Amino acid sequence: MAIARETDAAAIKIGGASVSRTRLLVLVAVAVLACVLPFLVSDYRTFQFTLALIYAIALLGLNILTGYNGQFSLGHGAFYAVGAYTAAVLMDQFEVAYYWTIPAAGLACFIAGFLFGFPALRLEGLYLALATFALAIATPQILKYDALEHWTGGVQGIVILKPDPPFGLPLSQDQWLYFFTLGVLAILFLCGWNLLRGRTGRAMMAIRDNPIAASALGVNTGLYKTLTFGVSALYTGVAGALGAIVIQFVAPDSFNLFLSVTLLVGLVVGGIASIPGAIFGGVFIVFIPNVAEEISKAAPWAIYGVFLILFMYVMPTGIWGAIRQAYAWLVRQRAA
Amino acid sequence: MDLFLQQTLAGLAIGGVYASVALAVVMIYQATDHFNFAQGEMAMFSTFVAWSLISYGLPYWVAFFLTVIISFAGGLAIERIIVRPVEKAPVLNQIIVFIGLLVIFNSVAGWIFEHTIKPFPSPFPEQPLFGNNYIGMHDTGVIGVTMIMLALVFVFVRHTPLGLAMRAAAQNPESAKLVGVRVGWMLAIGWGLAAAIGSVAGMMIAPVVFLEPNMMVGILLYGFAGALLGGVSSPGGAVIGGFMVGVLENLVGTYVPFVGNELKLTVALVLIVAVLLFKPAGLFGIVTVKRV
Repeated sequence: MAIARETDAAAIKIGGASVSRTRLLVLVAVAVLACVLPFLVSDYRTFQFTLALIYAIALLGLNILTGYNGQFSLGHGAFYAVGAYTAAVLMDQFEVAYYWTIPAAGLACFIAGFLFGFPALRLEGLYLALATFALAIATPQILKYDALEHWTGGVQGIVILKPDPPFGLPLSQDQWLYFFTLGVLAILFLCGWNLLRGRTGRAMMAIRDNPIAASALGVNTGLYKTLTFGVSALYTGVAGALGAIVIQFVAPDSFNLFLSVTLLVGLVVGGIASIPGAIFGGVFIVFIPNVAEEISKAAPWAIYGVFLILFMYVMPTGIWGAIRQAYAWLVRQRAA
Repeated sequence: MDLFLQQTLAGLAIGGVYASVALAVVMIYQATDHFNFAQGEMAMFSTFVAWSLISYGLPYWVAFFLTVIISFAGGLAIERIIVRPVEKAPVLNQIIVFIGLLVIFNSVAGWIFEHTIKPFPSPFPEQPLFGNNYIGMHDTGVIGVTMIMLALVFVFVRHTPLGLAMRAAAQNPESAKLVGVRVGWMLAIGWGLAAAIGSVAGMMIAPVVFLEPNMMVGILLYGFAGALLGGVSSPGGAVIGGFMVGVLENLVGTYVPFVGNELKLTVALVLIVAVLLFKPAGLFGIVTVKRV
């Protein structure tokens, strides 16, 4: 990013932050492309792109925690599940409108994440990974639990209805949900970007890089770590709620360990500690299995696994890291 | 009282399986400071290997020992080929590689052997020992097999030159290198042993839970809980922890009404978090003090 700033002397100020002209142009181009996309492809493809956006939100949440704050979570599927169930139960039992379930799910997950963040404070890297791994494995069982069956529908899950576009807009249901998700994503990405570029973001990264030095500099490590856990869970929970609305169905077994692994795959492939990487990760985890399934039903997971290991060997910074390296190389070539 | 005794003995049998998994986890942890999240799936894959060997018509015990040898070689190969390149990488990268392994084993097992549930034979006769009502023959056999295996591992690690070299490599790699121990290969042997121990655990539990690609997920979780309870820095402690967790799981499932069979994995989760919070070194572990 520093390179982009150096080459583009004419930086544009937006709300106190300076954004280089190249980046702004790319951003506008991406936004325009995202808006025309649902009119170019079929409803089913639109549905898939909506899912990719939803995963991107969840991945940004995981990235805030793991990439920027250095706390590992192999159990973010659990927060995704809490978000999805909050939305589904509110819509099914209390007939709440779908758009109100989004903030409700975010709030529920923020609290859940904040509370899980307390024990997590005492756990370092590997142990936190283990505790969250256990959380991921236990999640489907908790969702199936008898005492909660009245709300959660037990093994059967909950079926919800797809909302119609409001104000008589000439859109199909899938197109409307795509734009709805895109809007939520835009707001959350803007908030995330704002959070990470300022004082809070610096404190989070300082804790990741050297917790002792950070606390010596006056960063309240405990508070920041639990809050980061909460914010991260909020993002993932909002994604879960959107996922429930778009898929129109929640059931315990879709929130198993492999959902958490999927999020990990997206994180690694997109790029750890990068905001745009979340989009690449989301697109990857939605579209690669489609390609792979033509080889075999089990192939998508095998390919996920191979990608996980390969990326760690050759491209540990993910797709976005590779793009940035390539861009830096181009700039150097031009300067030389 | 009868119920209590029955449940305790059954708990010991399944505890033997947890103890084996816990020992496998601790072996790799001691040598490399990692938790091998793929340990369970490796054991599951080994069990599928045993199943295919038996299906080819080999007698049970021949297939059993062949599987142990194949698993040992497999574990050795995984360390050399897949784990070694990330030996010095940050913790996150290593965890991701292990999760990658977990996913690969799980899906490849599903790919080759399909997801249908398969019965796996028990080598022990149907009739309970001495006609008692407390414990079935398979459970007795499981306890026996795990005990023999644990004794063998103990003798190997404590009383052979190779075992000594392995302990040296785990405790102090630099000094071990200086006196001529090939540290890298010791780690690989540790992986091999862990895979072999895991394969025995898999073959012992498969007749109870039936063979399918996801059979070890819950068992690995209880293995981790056992390892943590006993102490990840103490192999003996991890084994005792495994047995304790097995008994605890059965008694809690029987006597605590709201848990039953449905929340068994949640019990493991609570146990893991509780041990990590209140006694991170475990019951028999050494408390480590870090200098900053």
